[in-house]
Amino acid sequence: MAELAYWEALRRAHDEELANDPSVIAMGEDIGVAGGTYKATLGLYEKYGEERIIDTPISENSYTGIGIGASMAGMRPIIEIMSINFALLAMDTLVNAAAKIRYMSGGRAQCPIVMRTPGGTAHQLAAQHSARLEKMFMGVAGLRVVTPSTPLDAYGMLKSAVRCNDPVIFIEHESMYNLKGEVPDEEIFRPLEGAEVVRKGTDITLIGYNYSAHWCIAAANKLAQENIHAEVIDLRSLKPIDRETIRLSIEKTHRVLVAEEDEGPVGVGSEIIAGIIEDCFFALDAQPVRVHAADVPVPYNHRLEKAAIPNAQSVYQGVLKVLGKSE
Amino acid sequence: MSKTDRKRLLREMIFYRRFEERTFEAYMERKIGGFLHLYSGQEAVATGVLQMVQADRGIGFDYVITGYRDHIHAIKSGAPAREVMAELYGKETGSSKGRGGSMHIFDPSAHFMGGYALVGQPFPLAAGLALACKHQREGRIAVCFLGDGANNQGTFHETMNMASIWKLPVLFVCENNLYAIGTAIERSTAVLDQYQRLGAYKIPASQHSGQDIEIVMEATRSAVTHVRNGNGPYFLEFLTYRYRGHSMSDSGAYRSKEEVTDWMQQDPIQILATRLIHANELTEGELKDLEQEVQNEIDNDIIKFAEESPEPRVEDLTKYVFEDNPDPRWIGPLRAGGEAHG
Repeated sequence: MAELAYWEALRRAHDEELANDPSVIAMGEDIGVAGGTYKATLGLYEKYGEERIIDTPISENSYTGIGIGASMAGMRPIIEIMSINFALLAMDTLVNAAAKIRYMSGGRAQCPIVMRTPGGTAHQLAAQHSARLEKMFMGVAGLRVVTPSTPLDAYGMLKSAVRCNDPVIFIEHESMYNLKGEVPDEEIFRPLEGAEVVRKGTDITLIGYNYSAHWCIAAANKLAQENIHAEVIDLRSLKPIDRETIRLSIEKTHRVLVAEEDEGPVGVGSEIIAGIIEDCFFALDAQPVRVHAADVPVPYNHRLEKAAIPNAQSVYQGVLKVLGKSE
Repeated sequence: MSKTDRKRLLREMIFYRRFEERTFEAYMERKIGGFLHLYSGQEAVATGVLQMVQADRGIGFDYVITGYRDHIHAIKSGAPAREVMAELYGKETGSSKGRGGSMHIFDPSAHFMGGYALVGQPFPLAAGLALACKHQREGRIAVCFLGDGANNQGTFHETMNMASIWKLPVLFVCENNLYAIGTAIERSTAVLDQYQRLGAYKIPASQHSGQDIEIVMEATRSAVTHVRNGNGPYFLEFLTYRYRGHSMSDSGAYRSKEEVTDWMQQDPIQILATRLIHANELTEGELKDLEQEVQNEIDNDIIKFAEESPEPRVEDLTKYVFEDNPDPRWIGPLRAGGEAHG
């Protein structure tokens, strides 16, 4: 078992899938000669050539559309968008074409693309490079949305996404590319559906995904020192959402907190809590709590940025709120 | 072109005209809903271009994609006309099983990859189909039909740039009917001759009459040769005119009667029919018989099929959002604490 950084896990998945199937191609800005902004395709241009590792101009909507068109004719494109902010430029082809082609063709055409992109905030990248837009994709019928939080899932879910015949929005995180974790040496696939209980507990369920899953784990570790045993669920997939795993956990813990990095209104937390109210309202002993970012564009100034974005401490404080304790 | 070929193309165009006019009637009878964009007046373009594209490789060899004025492009590409009509009726037997309607005719078995209702969206999709063709090295090309209005979308410029630098085997066919919905081209577009815009992307381009099918075919012949021989994209512009408004909800009142009448004097069906009659390849009587025969086929077979076909089942509402039976290794839920699937 090797310890890989998140970016290395992505790179390995790319490499294996490119080697496995000649119809797999990767396309995006700077992914070829330059090796990829986050190194997810480092060295692959030299190995697979310019026909399969395609450097695109800065034309997000149309190169995404080109990937979609190619996928309709049997290719399996992995489309990298350098920042999720720029995915807004590709929203037309993703939402109006990729998501709908299978349906509006009555199942006769399909669009097996993966759009990989980092979301979230890094350090002082300011409003136009710090978006968290997962909720926009979650609202679209026909798109799968996955948010791997570990190198293992980054590797195994990317491989699954490449072989999936539906369009998959694969959301990474600006701050996670150097995160390390164990990945088995043998080839594995990780499912694109289904949440995972990453820490067992009895007192409260903490739900996170992508980077916020790590805040939940850190908060749970701190809470354990105070004899509060939190169960942590890593959602892994935002579309579809694994409501069953959430229900089973809440029926055990009777309390819940959802952590997301996005602005709160109309977010992942709203959707999860609505589902909880529908599925297990009577199992709750306390009102559900959402931890989310302030409803502002992400500021440049580091103190303001820190104040805008939640973290493990916000999750910890949120738990105290659910439990009716002050710090 | 042989006598029989010219007569067959004439019959096809008469068929397409009657097909579209019959959908107009069905729409007025409320049997067809939604938006309906008719092609009457532009028949020579789709018929001529696709006839020539298919000449060496056959129907369904190359990919075809277009915008929302798509019925005739689909049929000429090989989609059965009765399935296209059934789609307009929203029936389960339709090209898209009643899920797409007029603007989303699909027939992948004929390599007709859809009609799209977002103006300009097919440009990149066509380039993507062409990218796949280039990878697969089977000699296919992609043909993208779009109107002059689409050329003002960003996708036009982005796609032309990429198609050019990557030498993609794609034939762009601009059906310049002088109006973007209700706005005349002079009021929306800086460069009126669309083919001139391609100089910016080093893509060869030319402009021709879209009313005379033999001119359309001749222009297409050299363009297809260029694309098929690996020289990259080609852009054909045909000047043409739609007789009806943009859609059924548009009376076309922004156009003068004189303008419409002038264009109707250059009717593509009339031009070819007159030529055949003058060349003694067709008599007036045979033309009448042809028209009657087409009418009978549409009424007795195509409309009948659409009317008698079943509606989709409501129980199937959520089918076709995702793949039916994906591999459980990469789709199946990972339950609490579950192990990775190998």
